[in-house]
Amino acid sequence: MQKLEGIAVSPGIAIGEALVIDREGGHIPRRFLPPSAADAELLRLDGAIQGLAGEISRDRDAVAKELGARYGAIFDAHLQMLRDPILRGELEQLLRERHFSAEYAVNRTLRRYAKVFQSLEGSFVAERATDINDIEKRLIRQLSGQPRQDFSKLTSPAIVLAHDLTPSETACMNKRLVLGFATDAGGPGSHTAIVAQGMEIPAVLGVGNLLNEAASGDLVIIDGDHGNVIVRPDEATLAEYRRRVEHQESHAVELESLRDLPAQTGDGERITLLANIEFPQEVAHCLERGSEGIGLYRTEFLYLGTTVEPDEDVHYRAYAEVVQAMQGRPVVIRTLDLGADKLTHLQALEPERNPFLGLRSIRLSLRHLPTFRTQLRAILRASVLGDVRIMFPLISTVMELRKAKMILADVCEDLEEHGIPCRRDVPVGIMVEVPAAAVMIDLLAPAVDFLSIGTNDLIQYTLAVDRTNKDVVNLYNSCDPAVLRLIAQTCDGARRCHKPVSLCGQMSSNPIYLMLLLGLGLRQLSVSPSAVPEIKQACRAVTIPQCEAVAARVLTMDNARDIKQFLREELRKVAADLVH
Amino acid sequence: MEVSTYRRVVTIVNPNGLHARPADQMVKVASQFKSRIEVCKGHERVDGRSIISLLTLAAEQGTELVIEAQGEDAQSAVDALAELIAHQFHEAHDE
Repeated sequence: MQKLEGIAVSPGIAIGEALVIDREGGHIPRRFLPPSAADAELLRLDGAIQGLAGEISRDRDAVAKELGARYGAIFDAHLQMLRDPILRGELEQLLRERHFSAEYAVNRTLRRYAKVFQSLEGSFVAERATDINDIEKRLIRQLSGQPRQDFSKLTSPAIVLAHDLTPSETACMNKRLVLGFATDAGGPGSHTAIVAQGMEIPAVLGVGNLLNEAASGDLVIIDGDHGNVIVRPDEATLAEYRRRVEHQESHAVELESLRDLPAQTGDGERITLLANIEFPQEVAHCLERGSEGIGLYRTEFLYLGTTVEPDEDVHYRAYAEVVQAMQGRPVVIRTLDLGADKLTHLQALEPERNPFLGLRSIRLSLRHLPTFRTQLRAILRASVLGDVRIMFPLISTVMELRKAKMILADVCEDLEEHGIPCRRDVPVGIMVEVPAAAVMIDLLAPAVDFLSIGTNDLIQYTLAVDRTNKDVVNLYNSCDPAVLRLIAQTCDGARRCHKPVSLCGQMSSNPIYLMLLLGLGLRQLSVSPSAVPEIKQACRAVTIPQCEAVAARVLTMDNARDIKQFLREELRKVAADLVH
Repeated sequence: MEVSTYRRVVTIVNPNGLHARPADQMVKVASQFKSRIEVCKGHERVDGRSIISLLTLAAEQGTELVIEAQGEDAQSAVDALAELIAHQFHEAHDE
């Protein structure tokens, strides 16, 4: 059993067999072949063994010529391992009897041998594990001349382990088959994390040495609540986690009873609970959990996992589906927030030196007007189907907002000229996620219909922390007093202009922050669909005066650690079961 | 054809033990014979033609091994292997 620690980014527990996606980008699919294919697969394996034997012989001859026969003899041992009859027998058995693909059989068998060698600690044999790893890699490379199956087309449920996953790879995952995932790279707030939350797949990122510890086929537990990955758990651990899964399921049933109750504080203040979604399919989750609308509909999924630019109808269908399903409840559609780590055909060809400070989000939209107009047309067309609102992300200057609104007005006129129905008075709002926007709130707020605080980017930009860099990720903290002051300032600015303000970052989904946020004046929160019941429970457990006292106290404190500790204690006093 | 079993106890004498190259040589010698050959260390018993299995014995200098062969050329096989081990796999001592 190996217990590894990472960063919890998407809650829940998943237990299942590992599928390792190799750090070199090649992945070893757990693939089962029809029994009739075993002969062909064996032939393919033998072809790869022969190909590699040829390669190693050439290495040996070259080294022998250069350094003498004794050195060349090192490669004789490699050749001998490659031709090992026991190994060959085991591989054949896996192919014939368990119908494994050649890659999967090689991966499993050789990793197991490498483990055995490593376990002979202190012995000269332990070092030979690297030889075995080398042979495994090279054999798989030989085999990879053949087309391999993509993990998005997995045939049996698995836990995906990888060095890194891009948001688009994550978005391509089939939720029924990917039980959970973990990566060595990445951190909270990365888009891979957001996509995982959106899909409600338990996930742990930033583990560090996952790929050295786990092999495809290992039993793995992903603890997305605490950020642990347990490889080959022992019986007791497995039983413990199975118990926790059961407990979570029964807790979920308990929370479901809150669905039809209003999100209202103990003293009767009504809180509007909206949900953040990534995909149209998530609307069902939102309605099941009693969310009153969509506070953030991310539209990047339309661009991820595809190389062609989505046309207006693709946009329209995605928006219409959500707006209709929400039956008149508000749906805040955020325009394109791509750039940085989300790759697309739109991006500048030259890699940016500082993508997070580069051409992304609204900046990208304002640069690529045809793309922006296509999206705005589709949103405006969908606006007649329900309560649609448009939100511009990453606004950092008043000028940017004006430009975006001008283009929106222009697109609207265009539609009207062509007699295409759309709403002229669609509410327009901005994300407050660049510190500059929070600072300029007194000038920005009058120019919009609503504001939404995006804490993920606000934290990263305020504290100058790359949230995907594990060396500095500890500085990325929702409780940092600088961040909290900007949130308080935004709430005040909105209140002065009588403009509604909500908060839609990951911060709103954690009950720990609820008292603080209500105390700062927020009455609208947009949370991940899975968090709706818990946040509602927390709302019902507190009163506004309590929250205001908490917020006042927090604003006098000078560091994130004390603040978080204090918030935890305050929540414990009113709703102990919500403190994780 | 007579099938006989033959075994001999040998001690690994070379300083580096039964590492990759000696194991390779053992497999090469073993492969010249028809008999089934097994190498035992304590209760572990592995195929003499499998280098990976031989390495997992982690036989260091001073380890006692039993070499056992079964087949028509069992005795010559065991003798050849015992000789290879006794001659320290013809390795130079400076390794």
